[in-house]
Amino acid sequence: MADQATFADLAMPYMDALYSAAMRMTRNPADAEDLVQETYLRAYRGFGGFKEGTNLKAWLYRILTNTYINIYRAKKRRPQESELDDSEDFALYRRIGGLEAAEAERTPESEVLDAMPDAAVKEALESLPEQFRMAVLLADVEGFSYKEIAEIMDVPVGTVMSRLHRGRRQLQKRLFDFAKERGLVPEPAAHPAA
Amino acid sequence: MDCDKTLHRMYYYLDGEITVWRRWKITRHLNRCPPCAQGFDFELELRQVVATRCRDEVPPHLKRKIAESIGIEWDERPQA
Repeated sequence: MADQATFADLAMPYMDALYSAAMRMTRNPADAEDLVQETYLRAYRGFGGFKEGTNLKAWLYRILTNTYINIYRAKKRRPQESELDDSEDFALYRRIGGLEAAEAERTPESEVLDAMPDAAVKEALESLPEQFRMAVLLADVEGFSYKEIAEIMDVPVGTVMSRLHRGRRQLQKRLFDFAKERGLVPEPAAHPAA
Repeated sequence: MDCDKTLHRMYYYLDGEITVWRRWKITRHLNRCPPCAQGFDFELELRQVVATRCRDEVPPHLKRKIAESIGIEWDERPQA
């Protein structure tokens, strides 16, 4: 019999985090709410099977991920996802001017990042194909280790690493595209010899 | 450890998923190589941006709804 008070004390504090993750997964508030509610119901019912002292956060995220797969992926109510092209490393950084020095004046990289609205960052993450999006959100938003992500997504660690690397590169590219659209990245000066 | 190798291992380094030996070698390289160090710093900053900006607050009505559905009283606890 699940102990209600214990479950409440342990699991309820994760609701903000789970809701954020649900928003990134479902990309709309109504579905995110349903997903989180269903997750808590399943977690509560299954709490007897949870081993005290083990990683509760990872356990909750596993339930969230499975619930998402079972219920929402099937619905296919998702807008077109961008294809994951194999972007180069450091797409954003290079173009803003870190590793390859840009010409003339350039906006410092930090300023470009600072100028990004929250919505743009969320949108960039949400535009990633699902498997890559989940890997990046579990690693970079929630701070799970490769091993924990592998358990949550039920894939080998090697797959996690691959999805993370490619997902992060693509995220940079999307952020750069956004920055360019918004005129946050200055055009390089024209070459006289061009 | 040259720049190529360093950058190639950047994600493992920043993720803390690297051997002690390699970590030491990369740190040493970063101490001597400002361009690589800047690249790492940028990646860290980008992650902070993703981590802090991709957060939503759960709507209060959802908290109540969930608390009710699992049959508990859940008031907002005041911060200690």
